[in-house]
Amino acid sequence: MKKKNIFRKFLYSQKVAPYVFIAPFVITFLVFFAYSIVSMIIMSFQNVAGANTSFAGLSNYRILKNAVFIKSLKNSAFYTVVTCAIMIPIPMVLAAMLNSKQMRAKSTFRSILFVPALTSVVVAGVVFRMMFGELEGSFMNQVIGVFGAGPLIWLRRPTTVWIALFILCLWRWTGVNMMYYLSGLQQIPEDLYESASIDGASSMQQLRYITIPLLKPTTIYVLTISIFAGMAMFSESYMLFNGNNSPNNVGTTLVGMLYRMGFQQNQLGIASAIGVTFLTIVLVVNLIQLRLNGTFGGKER
Amino acid sequence: MNMKTKNNVISVCLFIFFTIIALITLLPLLLLAVSSLRPGSDLMRFGLNFNIDWANANLNEYKMLFSGQNNYFIWYRNSLIITVIQVALALFLSACVGYGFAMYEFKGKNIIFLCVLLVMMVPTEVILLPLYRLIMRMKLINNMWGIMLPYLVIPMLIFFFRQYLSGIPKELQEAARVDGCSEYGIFIRIMVPLMKPSFAAMGIYQGMQSWNNFLWPMVVINDIDKITLPVGLQSLLSPYGNNYDILIAGSCFAIIPILVLFVFFQRYFIEGMTAGGVKG
Repeated sequence: MKKKNIFRKFLYSQKVAPYVFIAPFVITFLVFFAYSIVSMIIMSFQNVAGANTSFAGLSNYRILKNAVFIKSLKNSAFYTVVTCAIMIPIPMVLAAMLNSKQMRAKSTFRSILFVPALTSVVVAGVVFRMMFGELEGSFMNQVIGVFGAGPLIWLRRPTTVWIALFILCLWRWTGVNMMYYLSGLQQIPEDLYESASIDGASSMQQLRYITIPLLKPTTIYVLTISIFAGMAMFSESYMLFNGNNSPNNVGTTLVGMLYRMGFQQNQLGIASAIGVTFLTIVLVVNLIQLRLNGTFGGKER
Repeated sequence: MNMKTKNNVISVCLFIFFTIIALITLLPLLLLAVSSLRPGSDLMRFGLNFNIDWANANLNEYKMLFSGQNNYFIWYRNSLIITVIQVALALFLSACVGYGFAMYEFKGKNIIFLCVLLVMMVPTEVILLPLYRLIMRMKLINNMWGIMLPYLVIPMLIFFFRQYLSGIPKELQEAARVDGCSEYGIFIRIMVPLMKPSFAAMGIYQGMQSWNNFLWPMVVINDIDKITLPVGLQSLLSPYGNNYDILIAGSCFAIIPILVLFVFFQRYFIEGMTAGGVKG
């Protein structure tokens, strides 16, 4: 009885309570995240076959020189760069237009543009796979047919595969990114624009010298999430090609390669080496980003 | 041209421009909705398009969907159960952690918070394989807890709750302590009610994540009657039997409840799904 009381007192003390509150995180962090990272690093130096493991040195990392791996890395990088290049300016301009005083029915358009974000990658993928089908009657072939262009086998050629992937990304995420910019725009004080127009600044100049610089924090955030979403892209490609195999690996991404080695070919060591590489890339990108933002001692000396 | 007419012209141009954008945005979903009114075999023969014979449009695909001759509603139920449990647990546990970070000073706080940021930063796909092996060792493959267990404490939610609570004065905590409320009582009786608005937004954020999650459930679950809705829909993508009938009508039926919820709780949807945006 007395022991129970002491325990209770301990648990309820102001010193211990915060640790109880954060315990769920600490436990899941250690059990799932930290353990996974460590076991992945260990496995990347091992040959794993069933229950038998043996030290493999760096041989798993030979995958880094593999042509298909390099292609997947390039695909992921290309996807990331282009999605960043389109998913920042387009939503920003749309938000600026939507935010202008002359705009009517703002909230209706805002909501409609947000709707695609509600669809899962699977539903979106089903529709886009069929829209970009190779039949003459597939929607996109009908569209280009209007301009006299012949039916295309969209999902077999690199260029058209990329077009499909970018349109899918643009369709799903424009509304969300636009929403970030709208809330960013609302924090810019109105009188800045008023005094600028009194000084005779055109609306283009206002965009260039007021809006874009003051939206920098939003842009940095959107850039960050776009980079990580881009590098981790897998499901979009998986849906468009109905599986992890695309003709000539046109749609194979970094995660696709990890999935192929780890789950399809049972090359656990190699898959782990890819995972470690991926982790390294993520950390390096983060360091560069923090440095550029000046939050990591870059500017203050 | 005076100022007023100029403004009107701009206004009309903007309106037309956004109407076009809105139509393009809705087009894929309209395409899906229209196609759900025709047989799936049409899709295979003619492709997905708007050329529909309206005289023969019917709801047969939906009848087939509801006939119970397929797994669709089993998947639907699986997804629903997982979403509800995961949202409830993730909200509660992440709120606890967020509260701990926001309202207390303790040793190791900074380093542990750095860990939260680390988990937030690393895409979940990075640890896909080792996590799968761990879940396998825990004998949770083919079990819905295998999907949920690693993702019950969500860094994004912790971050959001911490941010939200930082706006609540600490005197409230002090006053409750003076009144004899225990540390946990303060959280349950005082803070949780204050956090209600953030629960709505975060509930929707996590709900969308759980409902739409694809890669991890696909990896963890193998049995056809245990998979979730997105994984099930994906499995119908091969043109075989009446797959396409169920796929198209089923895809529509997967979005409809979310659209209805969106119409009513728009504010929370937008707030939740754009959470983490920069404040200030």
